[in-house]
Amino acid sequence: MQTIDLRGVTCPTNFVMAKLELEDIEAGTTVEFLLDDGEPVKNVPRSLKDDGHKLLGLKEQDGYYTLLLEKGAD
Amino acid sequence: MAEQKIDLRNLKAGGFIKERGKDLFTVRLRVPGGRLSVDRLAKIAAVAQKYGKGYVHLSVRQSIELINVNFADFDAVVAELGEEQQKVASCGARVRVPTACGGCEYNPNGLVDTQKSALEVDEKLFGTATGHHKFKVCFAGCPFDCPKSAINDVGFQGAVWPSLDADACIGCGLCAKSCTEGALAMADGKPVFDAKKCIYCGDCIKVCPTSAWSAAKKGYTVRIGGKWGRRPLIGTLYATFVPEERVVDFIAAVLAWYQEKAEGAGRVRLGDIIIREGWQSLLNHLSRDFADFVVAETTAPQVIVNQIPLPGQA
Repeated sequence: MQTIDLRGVTCPTNFVMAKLELEDIEAGTTVEFLLDDGEPVKNVPRSLKDDGHKLLGLKEQDGYYTLLLEKGAD
Repeated sequence: MAEQKIDLRNLKAGGFIKERGKDLFTVRLRVPGGRLSVDRLAKIAAVAQKYGKGYVHLSVRQSIELINVNFADFDAVVAELGEEQQKVASCGARVRVPTACGGCEYNPNGLVDTQKSALEVDEKLFGTATGHHKFKVCFAGCPFDCPKSAINDVGFQGAVWPSLDADACIGCGLCAKSCTEGALAMADGKPVFDAKKCIYCGDCIKVCPTSAWSAAKKGYTVRIGGKWGRRPLIGTLYATFVPEERVVDFIAAVLAWYQEKAEGAGRVRLGDIIIREGWQSLLNHLSRDFADFVVAETTAPQVIVNQIPLPGQA
């Protein structure tokens, strides 16, 4: 599974980077994003959901978050 | 009587404001919710170019003000603005043009259609004489409250009440992580809701991957009695989840109370009348038609200590 590390990237750059990464991924594929605590973990999942992707889960480890997501159809 | 150079009916609602220079006025335009089409904006620019100073002023309450307009040109200004349905606003002791945020159509935080509410209130209540002082209304689409609802005579704030379908919940924890107010925490893999902490922002609903969270109620949180100016007051809570379609009636009910209770008080804002009469009086009045929405009790408008005059100043 592909892991996209968005730690250290602030809003909205992290969301735009996530969008760009998702462009090269096939619909239905599961990917994970690494997100910082605070604004990123609050904003990025919601924005990706708005874009039509399916959120599958969120895990915290060592002070950051792993968001599991299935790419939606365009 | 001298021959009238201008149509005095245009002046009825105010909106033509005396400037320093002889014969010169500011013309305040009516832009409810601060939204206007680019065509209207272009028309305003053309009129400002022709009759004004070469610049406009964006008022604090989302209006465009034409500067340095000679009073002899009022009729022409009104007529030319009318070609794009642009009207002149009000000033004085009247219901002012409502302000609003962008609302829910394109702003991801917006919970209610504030633009629609602002247009409706503008259409039905704009310019209503209060008999006492100005009367300001605003619409915020969510608890971020960019329009600052609590410093309006009646301020509306979009709100949703969340409800969980436990069977649809996958226990991902995104809602608890999104809740800024600490109203949601995860226990045994499921969210636990502490209703006392919820401010109705709906972030849990927006982030929920499976739509397990949904809006059980939607409407406006209403604060009354706020103002800014020389003696600021913060409006206090009178109602929750007032449906969008009841907004005009709600404001009309507040107005009726103000018109009656401020009789003889002179130029006094609603908040100061509430302090004088007691919040119970207004709450009781609103309970008649809005019993499902008014709160059990509130407080008087909160006085903001602005530290002037300096204490102990001779």
